[in-house]
Amino acid sequence: MATGTEPPQIHTGVHGAARAAIGPRHLRTDRWWLAPALTAGGLLAFIVYSTWRAFANADYYAAPYVSPFYSPCLAENCAPMKGGPNWEVFGSWWGLSPALLILIFPLGFRLTCYYYRKAYYRGFWASPPACAVAEPHKKYTGETRFPLILQNIHRYFFYAAIPVAGILTYDTVLAFRDEQYAWGHMGLGTVVFLVNIVLIWAYTLSCHSCRHIIGGRLKHFSRHPVRYRLWGWVGKLNERHMLLAWSSLISVALADFYVYLVASGAFDDPRFF
Amino acid sequence: MTQLERQQWDVVVVGAGGAGLRAAIAAREQGARTAVICKSLFGKAHTVMAEGGIAASMGNVNSGDNWQVHFRDTMRGGKFLNQWRMAELHAQEAPDRVWELETWGALFDRTADGKISQRNFGGHEYPRLAHVGDRTGLELIRTLQQKIVSLQQQDKEEYGDYEARLKVFQECTVTRVLKDHGSDNDADADAGGERVSGAFCYERESGRFFVLEAPSVVLATGGIGKSFKVTSNSWEYTGDGHALALLAGAPLRNMEFVQFHPTGMVWPPSVKGILVTESVRGDGGVLRNSEGKRFMFDYIPEVFKEKYAQTEEEGDRWYEDPDHNRRPPELLPRDEVARAINSEVKAGRGSPHGGVFLDVSTRMPAEVIRRRLPSMYHQFKELADVDITAEAMEVGPTCHYVMGGISVDSDTAAATGVPGLFAAGEVAGGMHGSNRLGGNSLSDLLVFGRRAGLHAAEYAAGLTDRPIVDDDRVAAAAAEALRPFSADTAADGAAPENPYTLHQELQQTMNDLVGIIRREGEMARALKKLGELRARARRAGVEGHRQFNPGWHLSLDLRNMLLVSECVARAALERTESRGGHTREDFPAMERTWRPVNLLCRLANPSADPQETDPVRAQIALERVVTDPIRHDLLALFEKEELVKYLAEEELYE
Amino acid sequence: MSSYQAAFRVWRGDQTGGDLEDFTVEVNEGEVVLDIIHRLQATQTSDLAVRWNCKAGKCGSCSAEINGRPRLMCMTRMSVFSREETITVTPLRAFPVVRDLVTDVSFNYAKAREVPSFVPPPGVAAGDYRMQQMDVDRSQEFRKCIECFLCQDTCHVVRDHEENKTAFAGPRFLMRVAELDMHPLDAAAESGLDRKKTAQDEHGLGYCNITKCCTEVCPEGIKITDNALIPLKERAVDRKYDPLVWLGSRIGRRRA
Repeated sequence: MATGTEPPQIHTGVHGAARAAIGPRHLRTDRWWLAPALTAGGLLAFIVYSTWRAFANADYYAAPYVSPFYSPCLAENCAPMKGGPNWEVFGSWWGLSPALLILIFPLGFRLTCYYYRKAYYRGFWASPPACAVAEPHKKYTGETRFPLILQNIHRYFFYAAIPVAGILTYDTVLAFRDEQYAWGHMGLGTVVFLVNIVLIWAYTLSCHSCRHIIGGRLKHFSRHPVRYRLWGWVGKLNERHMLLAWSSLISVALADFYVYLVASGAFDDPRFF
Repeated sequence: MTQLERQQWDVVVVGAGGAGLRAAIAAREQGARTAVICKSLFGKAHTVMAEGGIAASMGNVNSGDNWQVHFRDTMRGGKFLNQWRMAELHAQEAPDRVWELETWGALFDRTADGKISQRNFGGHEYPRLAHVGDRTGLELIRTLQQKIVSLQQQDKEEYGDYEARLKVFQECTVTRVLKDHGSDNDADADAGGERVSGAFCYERESGRFFVLEAPSVVLATGGIGKSFKVTSNSWEYTGDGHALALLAGAPLRNMEFVQFHPTGMVWPPSVKGILVTESVRGDGGVLRNSEGKRFMFDYIPEVFKEKYAQTEEEGDRWYEDPDHNRRPPELLPRDEVARAINSEVKAGRGSPHGGVFLDVSTRMPAEVIRRRLPSMYHQFKELADVDITAEAMEVGPTCHYVMGGISVDSDTAAATGVPGLFAAGEVAGGMHGSNRLGGNSLSDLLVFGRRAGLHAAEYAAGLTDRPIVDDDRVAAAAAEALRPFSADTAADGAAPENPYTLHQELQQTMNDLVGIIRREGEMARALKKLGELRARARRAGVEGHRQFNPGWHLSLDLRNMLLVSECVARAALERTESRGGHTREDFPAMERTWRPVNLLCRLANPSADPQETDPVRAQIALERVVTDPIRHDLLALFEKEELVKYLAEEELYE
Repeated sequence: MSSYQAAFRVWRGDQTGGDLEDFTVEVNEGEVVLDIIHRLQATQTSDLAVRWNCKAGKCGSCSAEINGRPRLMCMTRMSVFSREETITVTPLRAFPVVRDLVTDVSFNYAKAREVPSFVPPPGVAAGDYRMQQMDVDRSQEFRKCIECFLCQDTCHVVRDHEENKTAFAGPRFLMRVAELDMHPLDAAAESGLDRKKTAQDEHGLGYCNITKCCTEVCPEGIKITDNALIPLKERAVDRKYDPLVWLGSRIGRRRA
């Protein structure tokens, strides 16, 4: 390892004139690059998968299951689904995949999420790559100006995420039907949907904005005992926000993939009753 | 030599712990331009280590509490050797000092009705300690620090300069309190000749010398624990204020009384001595020996027999129902518990690493332990790999606090005999008598810190002329401070001494020979050894230059530690009784005739070099003084039967 | 367990330059990195500059970077390293170096002064303060801070961009703003000071991109990002970016 005898090349940050003259931009000996690499890899995999599925405009409905990527389906070109959730709000002029109409909301929610921000700032933008590892950028203004100042609208996406989660809940209820739309049945897909919707709700409610709105913004908890209790619960979930972010991301992809497999005929949904 | 930087201030406060900062706030609020000077960074003073709480009889948890009860507990704890007027002021003013902290932003733990919560502690009759978990000292220092900052913000508004009227000189050391050559003004001269004129200081970072000229200097430098090997004290506790006062001509009072906290960590070796808060016992922790016995029941002294539980069952009931049961003996004053642990270990009933067991794991659910004793949980987990919710801690006595200190006026905190010199906090003596109760230290800092600052400012404002800082004395102080750099050019050609080695030998000597149990022969040996060390310390030499050089800083601190250690050893040899923090194996009884006797230490030869090369010649001379009789209305707070245990017949009926 | 000889590399130097110096030094059971630094001082290099105080993780003086990670030397046990490992100790790399392991942390004291202090509630006398435990819990967590400045050191906003030091208070002092804003009796709002707004406008909250390094290094385990910085960002949103809240406050229905 080179040490600080040679004059450092960049004279800023940890190599600034007044700082201790140490050559390497970090002296960490652990595998600090592993976490950002895994993060970047995981997010990239999801982006590739979801882009393919969102533009595919096919194999997203296999009665009674609708892919969460296409729910609610808001264009005329949607596959017919009995009982919803397909409402032709956008009419016939929309020619692209109907997934694009609705995915914007969960995408925005996750893009502005406090956890995902950390993940992609570190994983993709190396700002910073890891703690106490110098970042490669010359200038840094954080979230003080456009476009990153828009991160502050996270709470609007949170508001939007609630009806989306509600519709996915509705989809899960619909999953208790069979292929002929008869109620009171269950298949493996129902279980997949159940797990997914629990994780989606847990992730949505564990959101930092939610924690703030539900009670965090209060100055005196003692004057709002109910909100204080709710705040405590949300806080408990919030401690696991990262875990929930990942598990709900995976579960939503899996739910979609399951629908794809069944819709494309690659797999037959095992029915329990 | 080149001209030193000189600055003019009204009050200089030496030390930025609880007492120093409180003094600075008081002085500044009186309108005095105030400088605070401290060895560490601002906000790192040893006060942050205080864990348990601030004793103040607010009566929030038990409404039976009031200042009289607090006064009584303090006197009992100190075995009636306390300067009773200080104990009285302390008990009366402590609640106001705590409440005032809240107006500066402090956040104490709360009771159900929203008041400041108070906890039990050794020697306190009622739950009395305002606390924040077990990090009360941190809350105190941060609150005072932030109050200082807020005063500076006001000055910024008013004068455009944060430091216009209140400045903190951090990482600077004072090596001498400077005096003038006496006042021409008769009124001032009455007070006793040479007056304080400033302080000689150096900046640790650069080694640069400077002089703060001020008519008032408040010493608030804390204690002396770094002269002992096993101690809970930080490196700053080298007795600087004690030595500065001695060198300025002020006497120290009752230096033989050194408190060994009963529960310090004993393992691993590198953390030996670090404090285990008394709250562990206050909240239900018990002491056991290697046989599993709660041995404290065997060590309740005669004077406390009626006040403590005689059975484990009663002791355990007390935590729930303190009104109808007596407290367990684990909560005896610290000196009693420390001695008991010492005896158990000596009798071969100690723990594997030479302590005893302190157990909360079987007394409280893990969840409660983690909530109420978070830093203890953290400390043992991180430093000793011990989970205190699952196993017992190993603890033993550790040098914690010096009750003795600068002899001061009870009301004004003015040092005896040196006009313009004030002292508050641990460096001042008398308030705690022969033994301090837990929690009384933080309240002492606040009560007497404020008084010292107030009176220092008043004194400075009342002077008609500014005392002059004499160039010769500044030059002498500079020469003294530079001596370690020229040690290798000593006339006799002897090799320079390593200051770290000298320090280790000093700590070993004090620990082994003037420790928790004292014997005449050992203390005589200690004095001989201290003399040798002093002669060698004069040759302490350092490498490198003056910029942030810890070897040099230690060499300078050695002078102070050696002076103070000699005070402790000499006074301990002189006092032929056992009382509070002073235990003589050869004189095990507490003597009523010694009760009103205070031992004052002064420089034997004030004009000589304090680092006298002759190892035999004593530096310190002792004087016995008899204290004022306790005021009658205060005596009336006690039962007659109790008083006869402490006071001589004639004191009772005077 | 016996003692052994460990390989240490310690940065020595000052603003004019310096280098990592190699030492071989004895290590005993149960010791921490600070013990080893002290042993170096006492036996090999008496003028090695190091800042420390309590040696018990309570004062936050002995901050340094050990194997590239900001840590307290007194709370880093030698047992976390293998015996073969070379242990590198350097000063904090976000602040100007003074000498050896000592850095100039005055940036932090300057920032502390820029945060307006607690504003006592008018008309409430000392001794009459009433606060519920649940209302002080949040601020109490932040007051556990020992001001070791490890969070300030690790934060890339100033560590990697010296020029941001003027605009950005750093996690420790943004947390201080949060502490005061959550203090149940702080009367800043009544006195015309909006801490939520100034967090963004004057203390540089927007620079924080919540990458959580401050939380990772905090020796007190304070959840700086989740409990102080993000809630503060949300509070700033209340003031600056949320028209619903703004409208509500104009109508006067809002009561916090």
